[in-house]
Amino acid sequence: MLIDAIIEPFQLTFMMRALVVCVLIGVMCPFLGAHVINREMGFMGDALAHSVLPGMVGATILGFSPLLGAIPTGIVVALTIGYIVKKSNVSNDTSIGIMFTALFAFGLVLLSLHGDEEIHVEDILLGQITTISNTDVLVTVFLALVTFAIMVLLHKQLVFVGFDYEGAVVAGLPASRIDYLLLALLSIVIVVSLQIVGIILVVGMLITPAAAASLIAKRFSSAIVLGIVFGVASGVVGLYMSYYFNVPSGPAIALTSTAIFTLSFLNRLRTT
Amino acid sequence: MPSTCPCLNEGCNCCIQVFNACIEFENQLALDSVSFAVPPGVLTGVVGPNGAGKSILFNALVGLQPLAHGKILINGCPPKNSKTKISYIPQKERVNWRFPLSVRDVVSLGTAASTSLLANIRITSRDNDLIEESLRKVDMWHKKDHLVSTLSGGQRQRTFIARALTQNADILILDEAFSGVDISSQEGMLQILRGLRDEGKTILVATHDLNTLAAKFDYVLCINRHICAYGKPELVFTKDVLIELYGSHSEMFTTHQIGQHTHVD
Repeated sequence: MLIDAIIEPFQLTFMMRALVVCVLIGVMCPFLGAHVINREMGFMGDALAHSVLPGMVGATILGFSPLLGAIPTGIVVALTIGYIVKKSNVSNDTSIGIMFTALFAFGLVLLSLHGDEEIHVEDILLGQITTISNTDVLVTVFLALVTFAIMVLLHKQLVFVGFDYEGAVVAGLPASRIDYLLLALLSIVIVVSLQIVGIILVVGMLITPAAAASLIAKRFSSAIVLGIVFGVASGVVGLYMSYYFNVPSGPAIALTSTAIFTLSFLNRLRTT
Repeated sequence: MPSTCPCLNEGCNCCIQVFNACIEFENQLALDSVSFAVPPGVLTGVVGPNGAGKSILFNALVGLQPLAHGKILINGCPPKNSKTKISYIPQKERVNWRFPLSVRDVVSLGTAASTSLLANIRITSRDNDLIEESLRKVDMWHKKDHLVSTLSGGQRQRTFIARALTQNADILILDEAFSGVDISSQEGMLQILRGLRDEGKTILVATHDLNTLAAKFDYVLCINRHICAYGKPELVFTKDVLIELYGSHSEMFTTHQIGQHTHVD
Protein backbone atom coordinates (compact mmCIF):
# COMPACT_ATOMS: atom_id res chain seq x y z
CA MET A 1 0.00 0.00 0.00
CA LEU A 2 2.59 2.52 1.15
CA ILE A 3 4.96 1.40 -1.58
CA ASP A 4 2.22 1.98 -4.13
CA ALA A 5 1.59 5.46 -2.79
CA ILE A 6 5.28 6.21 -3.06
CA ILE A 7 5.68 4.86 -6.57
CA GLU A 8 2.37 5.97 -8.06
CA PRO A 9 3.15 9.62 -8.86
CA PHE A 10 6.29 8.73 -10.74
CA GLN A 11 4.59 6.42 -13.19
CA LEU A 12 3.69 9.65 -14.91
CA THR A 13 6.61 10.74 -17.07
CA PHE A 14 6.22 14.44 -16.28
CA MET A 15 6.41 13.63 -12.56
CA MET A 16 9.56 11.59 -13.17
CA ARG A 17 11.12 14.54 -14.99
CA ALA A 18 10.04 16.86 -12.17
CA LEU A 19 11.60 14.48 -9.61
CA VAL A 20 14.98 14.55 -11.37
CA VAL A 21 14.97 18.36 -11.52
CA CYS A 22 13.74 18.57 -7.92
CA VAL A 23 16.56 16.43 -6.55
CA LEU A 24 19.13 18.42 -8.54
CA ILE A 25 17.90 21.79 -7.32
CA GLY A 26 17.58 20.30 -3.84
CA VAL A 27 21.34 19.72 -3.99
CA MET A 28 22.38 22.91 -5.76
CA CYS A 29 20.24 25.54 -4.01
CA PRO A 30 21.46 24.80 -0.47
CA PHE A 31 25.08 24.40 -1.70
CA LEU A 32 25.00 27.93 -3.11
CA GLY A 33 22.63 28.97 -0.33
CA ALA A 34 25.24 28.28 2.35
CA HIS A 35 27.41 30.97 0.75
CA VAL A 36 24.39 33.23 0.16
CA ILE A 37 23.30 33.28 3.81
CA ASN A 38 26.81 33.89 5.13
CA ARG A 39 27.43 36.65 2.60
CA GLU A 40 23.94 38.13 3.23
CA MET A 41 23.05 37.89 -0.45
CA GLY A 42 19.43 36.74 -0.06
CA PHE A 43 18.07 39.90 -1.64
CA MET A 44 20.50 39.46 -4.54
CA GLY A 45 19.10 35.95 -5.07
CA ASP A 46 15.54 37.25 -5.12
CA ALA A 47 16.57 40.01 -7.53
CA LEU A 48 18.29 37.57 -9.91
CA ALA A 49 15.16 35.41 -10.01
CA HIS A 50 12.96 38.36 -10.95
CA SER A 51 15.45 39.79 -13.41
CA VAL A 52 15.36 36.81 -15.79
CA LEU A 53 11.68 37.37 -16.64
CA PRO A 54 12.43 39.27 -19.89
CA GLY A 55 14.69 36.40 -21.00
CA MET A 56 12.02 33.79 -20.28
CA VAL A 57 9.30 35.73 -22.07
CA GLY A 58 11.60 36.56 -24.98
CA ALA A 59 12.60 32.91 -25.43
CA THR A 60 8.96 31.79 -25.37
CA ILE A 61 8.00 34.42 -27.96
CA LEU A 62 10.82 33.19 -30.19
CA GLY A 63 9.68 29.62 -29.73
CA PHE A 64 12.35 28.32 -27.37
CA SER A 65 11.94 26.81 -23.94
CA PRO A 66 11.82 29.54 -21.24
CA LEU A 67 14.76 27.77 -19.54
CA LEU A 68 17.01 28.30 -22.55
CA GLY A 69 16.15 32.01 -22.62
CA ALA A 70 16.58 32.45 -18.91
CA ILE A 71 20.07 30.93 -18.64
CA PRO A 72 21.98 33.51 -20.74
CA THR A 73 19.81 36.36 -19.41
CA GLY A 74 20.48 35.22 -15.87
CA ILE A 75 24.25 35.15 -16.33
CA VAL A 76 24.37 38.56 -18.07
CA VAL A 77 22.08 40.13 -15.46
CA ALA A 78 24.04 38.62 -12.57
CA LEU A 79 27.35 39.96 -13.87
CA THR A 80 25.85 43.38 -14.63
CA ILE A 81 24.22 43.71 -11.21
CA GLY A 82 27.45 42.49 -9.59
CA TYR A 83 29.44 45.10 -11.53
CA ILE A 84 27.07 47.95 -10.66
CA VAL A 85 26.92 46.95 -6.99
CA LYS A 86 30.74 46.92 -6.83
CA LYS A 87 31.15 50.24 -8.64
CA SER A 88 28.19 52.40 -7.71
CA ASN A 89 28.10 54.83 -4.85
CA VAL A 90 24.56 53.99 -3.76
CA SER A 91 24.12 51.11 -1.31
CA ASN A 92 23.95 47.50 -2.51
CA ASP A 93 20.28 47.14 -1.61
CA THR A 94 19.38 50.24 -3.53
CA SER A 95 21.22 49.38 -6.73
CA ILE A 96 19.96 45.79 -6.68
CA GLY A 97 16.41 47.04 -6.06
CA ILE A 98 16.48 49.50 -8.94
CA MET A 99 17.93 46.99 -11.40
CA PHE A 100 15.64 44.10 -10.66
CA THR A 101 12.39 46.02 -10.59
CA ALA A 102 13.31 47.59 -13.94
CA LEU A 103 14.01 44.20 -15.52
CA PHE A 104 10.96 42.55 -13.98
CA ALA A 105 8.78 45.42 -15.17
CA PHE A 106 10.26 45.09 -18.67
CA GLY A 107 9.43 41.39 -18.62
CA LEU A 108 5.83 42.09 -17.60
CA VAL A 109 5.46 44.69 -20.37
CA LEU A 110 6.83 42.22 -22.93
CA LEU A 111 4.37 39.66 -21.65
CA SER A 112 1.34 41.94 -21.91
CA LEU A 113 2.35 43.33 -25.33
CA HIS A 114 2.74 39.84 -26.69
CA GLY A 115 -0.56 38.68 -25.23
CA ASP A 116 0.05 35.08 -26.20
CA GLU A 117 -2.18 32.43 -24.71
CA GLU A 118 0.82 30.09 -24.50
CA ILE A 119 2.52 32.05 -21.75
CA HIS A 120 0.91 31.94 -18.35
CA VAL A 121 2.15 34.44 -15.81
CA GLU A 122 1.34 32.07 -12.95
CA ASP A 123 3.51 29.33 -14.46
CA ILE A 124 6.48 31.66 -14.59
CA LEU A 125 5.86 33.12 -11.17
CA LEU A 126 5.00 29.88 -9.35
CA GLY A 127 6.68 27.16 -11.43
CA GLN A 128 4.97 24.61 -13.62
CA ILE A 129 6.28 21.09 -13.54
CA THR A 130 4.07 19.74 -16.33
CA THR A 131 5.85 21.85 -18.95
CA ILE A 132 9.35 20.52 -18.21
CA SER A 133 10.63 18.83 -21.36
CA ASN A 134 13.26 16.12 -21.79
CA THR A 135 15.63 18.77 -23.15
CA ASP A 136 15.04 20.87 -20.02
CA VAL A 137 15.95 17.86 -17.86
CA LEU A 138 19.14 17.23 -19.82
CA VAL A 139 20.13 20.91 -19.65
CA THR A 140 19.44 20.89 -15.90
CA VAL A 141 21.53 17.74 -15.33
CA PHE A 142 24.42 19.22 -17.30
CA LEU A 143 24.32 22.60 -15.53
CA ALA A 144 23.97 20.98 -12.11
CA LEU A 145 27.02 18.79 -12.73
CA VAL A 146 29.14 21.72 -13.92
CA THR A 147 28.04 23.93 -11.02
CA PHE A 148 28.62 21.18 -8.48
CA ALA A 149 32.11 20.50 -9.81
CA ILE A 150 33.08 24.17 -9.71
CA MET A 151 31.67 24.63 -6.19
CA VAL A 152 33.67 21.64 -4.92
CA LEU A 153 36.91 22.48 -6.74
CA LEU A 154 36.85 26.15 -5.73
CA HIS A 155 35.45 25.58 -2.24
CA LYS A 156 38.45 26.94 -0.36
CA GLN A 157 38.81 29.95 -2.67
CA LEU A 158 35.10 30.83 -2.39
CA VAL A 159 35.26 30.60 1.40
CA PHE A 160 38.44 32.72 1.60
CA VAL A 161 36.93 35.51 -0.52
CA GLY A 162 33.62 35.51 1.36
CA PHE A 163 35.30 35.39 4.77
CA ASP A 164 38.16 37.86 4.29
CA TYR A 165 38.05 39.60 0.90
CA GLU A 166 41.11 41.82 1.38
CA GLY A 167 43.18 39.04 2.91
CA ALA A 168 42.29 36.88 -0.11
CA VAL A 169 43.33 39.58 -2.60
CA VAL A 170 46.65 40.04 -0.85
CA ALA A 171 47.20 36.27 -0.70
CA GLY A 172 47.03 36.36 -4.51
CA LEU A 173 43.49 35.11 -5.19
CA PRO A 174 41.52 36.71 -8.05
CA ALA A 175 38.86 37.70 -5.52
CA SER A 176 36.79 39.88 -7.81
CA ARG A 177 36.59 37.17 -10.49
CA ILE A 178 35.65 34.61 -7.83
CA ASP A 179 32.80 36.89 -6.70
CA TYR A 180 31.54 37.19 -10.27
CA LEU A 181 31.82 33.43 -10.74
CA LEU A 182 29.69 32.88 -7.63
CA LEU A 183 27.09 35.30 -9.03
CA ALA A 184 27.05 33.50 -12.38
CA LEU A 185 26.64 30.10 -10.69
CA LEU A 186 23.94 31.56 -8.46
CA SER A 187 22.00 32.80 -11.45
CA ILE A 188 22.31 29.39 -13.18
CA VAL A 189 21.03 27.55 -10.11
CA ILE A 190 18.18 30.03 -9.67
CA VAL A 191 17.16 29.76 -13.31
CA VAL A 192 16.98 25.96 -13.32
CA SER A 193 15.05 26.12 -10.04
CA LEU A 194 12.44 28.42 -11.58
CA GLN A 195 11.01 25.44 -13.48
CA ILE A 196 9.87 23.87 -10.22
CA VAL A 197 9.44 26.66 -7.70
CA GLY A 198 8.88 29.76 -9.84
CA ILE A 199 10.27 33.25 -9.56
CA ILE A 200 8.53 34.27 -6.36
CA LEU A 201 9.43 31.27 -4.21
CA VAL A 202 12.92 30.40 -5.42
CA VAL A 203 14.52 32.18 -2.48
CA GLY A 204 12.68 29.75 -0.19
CA MET A 205 14.68 26.93 -1.75
CA LEU A 206 17.89 28.93 -1.89
CA ILE A 207 18.12 30.13 1.70
CA THR A 208 15.61 28.24 3.87
CA PRO A 209 17.24 24.75 3.84
CA ALA A 210 20.71 26.33 4.17
CA ALA A 211 19.52 28.47 7.08
CA ALA A 212 17.91 25.46 8.78
CA ALA A 213 21.17 23.54 8.43
CA SER A 214 23.20 26.44 9.82
CA LEU A 215 21.11 26.28 13.00
CA ILE A 216 22.15 22.67 13.55
CA ALA A 217 25.57 22.12 11.97
CA LYS A 218 28.49 23.76 13.67
CA ARG A 219 30.94 23.90 10.78
CA PHE A 220 30.55 25.39 7.31
CA SER A 221 31.26 22.16 5.44
CA SER A 222 28.83 20.14 7.55
CA ALA A 223 26.21 22.91 7.15
CA ILE A 224 26.51 22.49 3.37
CA VAL A 225 26.00 18.71 3.57
CA LEU A 226 23.04 18.98 5.96
CA GLY A 227 21.55 21.81 3.86
CA ILE A 228 21.66 19.51 0.83
CA VAL A 229 19.85 16.79 2.80
CA PHE A 230 17.17 19.33 3.80
CA GLY A 231 16.96 20.70 0.24
CA VAL A 232 16.44 17.30 -1.38
CA ALA A 233 13.92 16.36 1.34
CA SER A 234 12.00 19.62 0.80
CA GLY A 235 11.92 19.04 -2.96
CA VAL A 236 10.78 15.43 -2.85
CA VAL A 237 8.26 15.82 -0.01
CA GLY A 238 6.91 18.98 -1.63
CA LEU A 239 6.48 17.14 -4.92
CA TYR A 240 4.43 14.41 -3.25
CA MET A 241 2.28 17.03 -1.52
CA SER A 242 1.79 18.77 -4.82
CA TYR A 243 0.62 15.49 -6.37
CA TYR A 244 -1.64 14.22 -3.60
CA PHE A 245 -3.16 17.55 -2.51
CA ASN A 246 -3.28 18.99 -6.02
CA VAL A 247 -1.43 22.21 -5.12
CA PRO A 248 1.32 23.94 -7.15
CA SER A 249 4.78 22.46 -6.57
CA GLY A 250 6.47 25.76 -5.68
CA PRO A 251 4.36 26.59 -2.62
CA ALA A 252 4.35 22.94 -1.51
CA ILE A 253 8.16 22.81 -1.58
CA ALA A 254 8.55 26.23 0.07
CA LEU A 255 6.20 25.22 2.89
CA THR A 256 8.08 21.96 3.41
CA SER A 257 11.42 23.76 3.68
CA THR A 258 9.83 26.26 6.07
CA ALA A 259 8.58 23.37 8.23
CA ILE A 260 12.11 21.94 8.33
CA PHE A 261 13.44 25.37 9.28
CA THR A 262 10.85 25.70 12.06
CA LEU A 263 11.83 22.30 13.50
CA SER A 264 15.52 23.27 13.39
CA PHE A 265 14.71 26.55 15.06
CA LEU A 266 12.71 24.87 17.85
CA ASN A 267 15.51 22.35 18.30
CA ARG A 268 17.95 25.23 18.64
CA LEU A 269 15.76 26.90 21.26
CA ARG A 270 15.57 23.63 23.17
CA THR A 271 19.33 23.05 23.18
CA THR A 272 20.49 26.57 24.04
CA MET B 1 73.24 45.22 -1.70
CA PRO B 2 74.02 48.15 0.58
CA SER B 3 75.30 47.14 3.96
CA THR B 4 72.95 49.34 5.98
CA CYS B 5 69.26 48.84 5.57
CA PRO B 6 66.78 50.49 5.84
CA CYS B 7 67.72 52.35 2.71
CA LEU B 8 65.99 53.99 -0.20
CA ASN B 9 68.45 52.59 -2.66
CA GLU B 10 66.50 51.08 -5.53
CA GLY B 11 69.09 48.39 -6.04
CA CYS B 12 68.30 46.97 -2.64
CA ASN B 13 65.79 44.18 -3.06
CA CYS B 14 65.52 43.16 0.55
CA CYS B 15 63.20 45.80 1.93
CA ILE B 16 59.81 47.39 1.86
CA GLN B 17 60.58 50.71 0.19
CA VAL B 18 58.20 53.64 -0.11
CA PHE B 19 59.25 56.63 -2.22
CA ASN B 20 57.38 59.95 -1.89
CA ALA B 21 54.02 58.21 -1.75
CA CYS B 22 50.95 60.44 -1.79
CA ILE B 23 47.59 58.77 -1.36
CA GLU B 24 44.24 60.37 -1.99
CA PHE B 25 41.17 58.91 -0.36
CA GLU B 26 37.64 60.21 -0.87
CA ASN B 27 39.02 63.43 -2.35
CA GLN B 28 41.26 64.10 0.61
CA LEU B 29 44.99 63.83 0.75
CA ALA B 30 45.28 60.99 3.24
CA LEU B 31 49.06 60.62 3.11
CA ASP B 32 51.46 63.26 1.96
CA SER B 33 54.90 62.44 0.53
CA VAL B 34 55.65 59.40 2.65
CA SER B 35 59.10 57.88 2.25
CA PHE B 36 60.59 55.11 4.34
CA ALA B 37 62.16 51.69 4.06
CA VAL B 38 61.92 48.60 6.22
CA PRO B 39 64.73 46.03 6.27
CA PRO B 40 63.91 42.32 6.39
CA GLY B 41 63.57 40.51 9.68
CA VAL B 42 62.39 43.51 11.64
CA LEU B 43 59.30 44.08 13.77
CA THR B 44 57.99 47.56 13.05
CA GLY B 45 55.15 49.37 14.78
CA VAL B 46 53.19 51.89 12.76
CA VAL B 47 51.82 54.34 15.28
CA GLY B 48 49.41 57.22 14.92
CA PRO B 49 45.96 58.37 16.00
CA ASN B 50 42.76 57.17 14.34
CA GLY B 51 42.46 58.72 10.91
CA ALA B 52 46.23 59.18 10.60
CA GLY B 53 46.37 57.03 7.47
CA LYS B 54 47.76 53.79 8.91
CA SER B 55 45.23 51.54 7.22
CA ILE B 56 45.52 53.43 3.95
CA LEU B 57 49.29 53.07 4.05
CA PHE B 58 48.91 49.33 4.66
CA ASN B 59 46.39 49.01 1.83
CA ALA B 60 48.90 50.72 -0.45
CA LEU B 61 51.71 48.41 0.69
CA VAL B 62 49.66 45.34 -0.22
CA GLY B 63 48.43 46.79 -3.52
CA LEU B 64 44.80 47.40 -2.54
CA GLN B 65 45.10 51.19 -2.71
CA PRO B 66 46.59 53.04 -5.71
CA LEU B 67 49.05 55.89 -5.18
CA ALA B 68 48.36 59.41 -6.42
CA HIS B 69 52.09 59.94 -6.63
CA GLY B 70 55.27 58.08 -5.77
CA LYS B 71 56.27 54.45 -5.75
CA ILE B 72 56.27 51.40 -3.50
CA LEU B 73 58.61 48.43 -3.91
CA ILE B 74 58.26 45.14 -2.05
CA ASN B 75 61.39 43.02 -2.39
CA GLY B 76 62.23 45.22 -5.37
CA CYS B 77 58.89 44.67 -7.14
CA PRO B 78 55.62 46.61 -7.22
CA PRO B 79 53.08 45.38 -4.62
CA LYS B 80 50.84 43.79 -7.25
CA ASN B 81 53.68 41.43 -8.24
CA SER B 82 54.56 40.60 -4.68
CA LYS B 83 51.35 38.89 -3.68
CA THR B 84 51.63 35.49 -2.00
CA LYS B 85 54.82 36.80 -0.34
CA ILE B 86 52.69 39.14 1.78
CA SER B 87 49.98 38.16 4.21
CA TYR B 88 47.53 40.86 5.21
CA ILE B 89 45.62 40.60 8.45
CA PRO B 90 42.83 43.19 8.28
CA GLN B 91 41.08 44.98 11.12
CA LYS B 92 38.52 42.69 12.68
CA GLU B 93 35.65 44.80 11.30
CA ARG B 94 36.75 43.89 7.75
CA VAL B 95 36.27 40.15 8.27
CA ASN B 96 32.94 38.38 7.78
CA TRP B 97 32.68 36.45 11.07
CA ARG B 98 29.31 35.03 9.99
CA PHE B 99 31.11 32.17 8.21
CA PRO B 100 31.19 29.24 10.69
CA LEU B 101 34.86 28.35 10.18
CA SER B 102 37.03 26.52 12.68
CA VAL B 103 40.54 27.68 13.52
CA ARG B 104 41.85 24.87 11.34
CA ASP B 105 39.59 25.90 8.43
CA VAL B 106 40.93 29.46 8.55
CA VAL B 107 44.56 28.36 8.74
CA SER B 108 44.09 25.99 5.81
CA LEU B 109 42.98 28.97 3.66
CA GLY B 110 46.65 29.96 3.60
CA THR B 111 47.22 27.33 0.91
CA ALA B 112 44.28 28.51 -1.25
CA ALA B 113 46.36 30.55 -3.67
CA SER B 114 49.25 28.16 -4.10
CA THR B 115 47.77 24.67 -4.37
CA SER B 116 46.04 23.15 -7.35
CA LEU B 117 42.25 23.05 -7.43
CA LEU B 118 42.24 19.29 -6.94
CA ALA B 119 43.89 19.85 -3.57
CA ASN B 120 40.51 21.09 -2.39
CA ILE B 121 39.13 17.59 -2.44
CA ARG B 122 42.07 15.69 -1.02
CA ILE B 123 44.01 17.16 1.85
CA THR B 124 47.58 15.94 1.66
CA SER B 125 49.52 14.97 4.75
CA ARG B 126 51.98 17.74 3.79
CA ASP B 127 49.17 20.30 4.16
CA ASN B 128 48.16 18.76 7.46
CA ASP B 129 51.72 18.93 8.76
CA LEU B 130 52.03 22.53 7.64
CA ILE B 131 48.76 23.50 9.35
CA GLU B 132 49.75 21.73 12.57
CA GLU B 133 53.21 23.33 12.57
CA SER B 134 51.72 26.80 12.00
CA LEU B 135 49.13 26.38 14.72
CA ARG B 136 51.71 25.12 17.21
CA LYS B 137 53.95 28.11 16.50
CA VAL B 138 51.19 30.50 17.56
CA ASP B 139 50.12 28.20 20.41
CA MET B 140 46.64 27.57 18.98
CA TRP B 141 46.83 23.83 18.20
CA HIS B 142 44.66 23.01 21.23
CA LYS B 143 41.95 25.32 19.84
CA LYS B 144 42.04 23.91 16.30
CA ASP B 145 38.39 22.76 16.30
CA HIS B 146 36.94 25.91 17.86
CA LEU B 147 34.98 28.35 15.73
CA VAL B 148 37.03 31.50 15.10
CA SER B 149 33.99 33.67 15.67
CA THR B 150 33.83 32.48 19.29
CA LEU B 151 37.49 33.22 20.07
CA SER B 152 38.94 36.21 21.91
CA GLY B 153 40.60 39.03 19.96
CA GLY B 154 44.10 37.76 20.69
CA GLN B 155 43.25 34.18 19.68
CA ARG B 156 41.74 35.40 16.41
CA GLN B 157 44.91 37.35 15.63
CA ARG B 158 47.04 34.30 16.37
CA THR B 159 44.84 32.23 14.05
CA PHE B 160 45.38 34.75 11.25
CA ILE B 161 49.13 34.78 11.93
CA ALA B 162 49.07 30.99 11.53
CA ARG B 163 47.26 31.46 8.21
CA ALA B 164 50.11 33.74 7.09
CA LEU B 165 52.54 30.97 8.04
CA THR B 166 50.75 28.31 5.95
CA GLN B 167 50.79 30.82 3.10
CA ASN B 168 54.56 30.91 3.62
CA ALA B 169 54.52 34.71 3.49
CA ASP B 170 57.76 36.62 4.17
CA ILE B 171 55.98 39.82 5.10
CA LEU B 172 53.15 40.05 7.62
CA ILE B 173 51.03 43.19 7.73
CA LEU B 174 48.68 43.44 10.71
CA ASP B 175 46.17 46.30 10.90
CA GLU B 176 45.20 47.28 14.46
CA ALA B 177 46.25 43.85 15.64
CA PHE B 178 46.13 44.81 19.30
CA SER B 179 42.79 46.53 19.50
CA GLY B 180 40.34 44.55 21.59
CA VAL B 181 43.18 42.36 22.88
CA ASP B 182 43.80 42.42 26.63
CA ILE B 183 47.23 43.35 27.93
CA SER B 184 48.40 39.87 28.90
CA SER B 185 47.42 38.52 25.47
CA GLN B 186 49.17 41.47 23.82
CA GLU B 187 52.39 40.36 25.49
CA GLY B 188 51.84 36.81 24.24
CA MET B 189 51.26 38.05 20.69
CA LEU B 190 54.40 40.19 20.84
CA GLN B 191 56.37 37.09 21.89
CA ILE B 192 55.02 35.21 18.89
CA LEU B 193 55.76 38.09 16.52
CA ARG B 194 59.29 38.41 17.89
CA GLY B 195 59.81 34.69 17.37
CA LEU B 196 58.73 35.00 13.74
CA ARG B 197 60.95 38.03 13.28
CA ASP B 198 63.88 35.97 14.54
CA GLU B 199 63.07 33.45 11.80
CA GLY B 200 63.43 36.26 9.26
CA LYS B 201 59.85 37.45 8.79
CA THR B 202 59.31 41.16 8.20
CA ILE B 203 56.38 42.34 10.28
CA LEU B 204 54.45 45.62 10.30
CA VAL B 205 51.83 46.20 12.96
CA ALA B 206 49.57 49.25 13.06
CA THR B 207 48.45 50.41 16.47
CA HIS B 208 47.02 53.57 17.94
CA ASP B 209 48.04 52.42 21.41
CA LEU B 210 51.18 54.34 22.25
CA ASN B 211 51.48 53.70 25.97
CA THR B 212 51.88 50.00 26.37
CA LEU B 213 53.07 48.88 22.99
CA ALA B 214 55.04 51.29 20.91
CA ALA B 215 58.27 50.91 22.88
CA LYS B 216 58.28 47.16 22.33
CA PHE B 217 58.89 47.20 18.57
CA ASP B 218 62.33 47.22 16.93
CA TYR B 219 61.40 50.26 14.88
CA VAL B 220 58.53 52.70 15.16
CA LEU B 221 57.03 54.63 12.27
CA CYS B 222 54.97 57.54 13.55
CA ILE B 223 52.46 58.82 11.02
CA ASN B 224 49.82 61.46 11.07
CA ARG B 225 49.06 62.02 7.38
CA HIS B 226 52.81 62.39 6.95
CA ILE B 227 55.77 60.78 8.64
CA CYS B 228 56.40 62.47 11.99
CA ALA B 229 59.31 60.26 12.98
CA TYR B 230 60.86 56.90 12.18
CA GLY B 231 63.50 54.92 14.03
CA LYS B 232 64.19 53.00 17.19
CA PRO B 233 61.54 53.70 19.83
CA GLU B 234 63.88 55.28 22.36
CA LEU B 235 65.04 57.82 19.78
CA VAL B 236 61.65 58.49 18.25
CA PHE B 237 59.44 59.31 21.17
CA THR B 238 60.40 62.88 21.89
CA LYS B 239 58.00 65.50 23.17
CA ASP B 240 57.83 67.24 19.80
CA VAL B 241 56.97 64.05 17.97
CA LEU B 242 54.23 63.18 20.45
CA ILE B 243 52.67 66.61 20.08
CA GLU B 244 52.83 66.30 16.33
CA LEU B 245 51.29 62.82 16.50
CA TYR B 246 48.54 63.35 18.98
CA GLY B 247 48.02 67.10 18.86
CA SER B 248 45.01 68.35 17.02
CA HIS B 249 46.03 67.13 13.60
CA SER B 250 43.05 68.64 11.82
CA GLU B 251 44.38 72.09 12.69
CA MET B 252 48.03 71.30 12.31
CA PHE B 253 47.88 69.91 8.82
CA THR B 254 45.64 72.29 6.97
CA THR B 255 48.29 72.25 4.25
CA HIS B 256 47.55 68.57 3.48
CA GLN B 257 45.36 69.19 0.49
CA ILE B 258 45.15 67.64 -2.93
CA GLY B 259 47.36 69.57 -5.30
CA GLN B 260 49.51 70.89 -2.48
CA HIS B 261 51.94 68.00 -2.21
CA THR B 262 55.17 69.03 -0.63
CA HIS B 263 57.14 66.30 -2.39
CA VAL B 264 60.24 67.04 -4.40
CA ASP B 265 60.26 65.33 -7.78
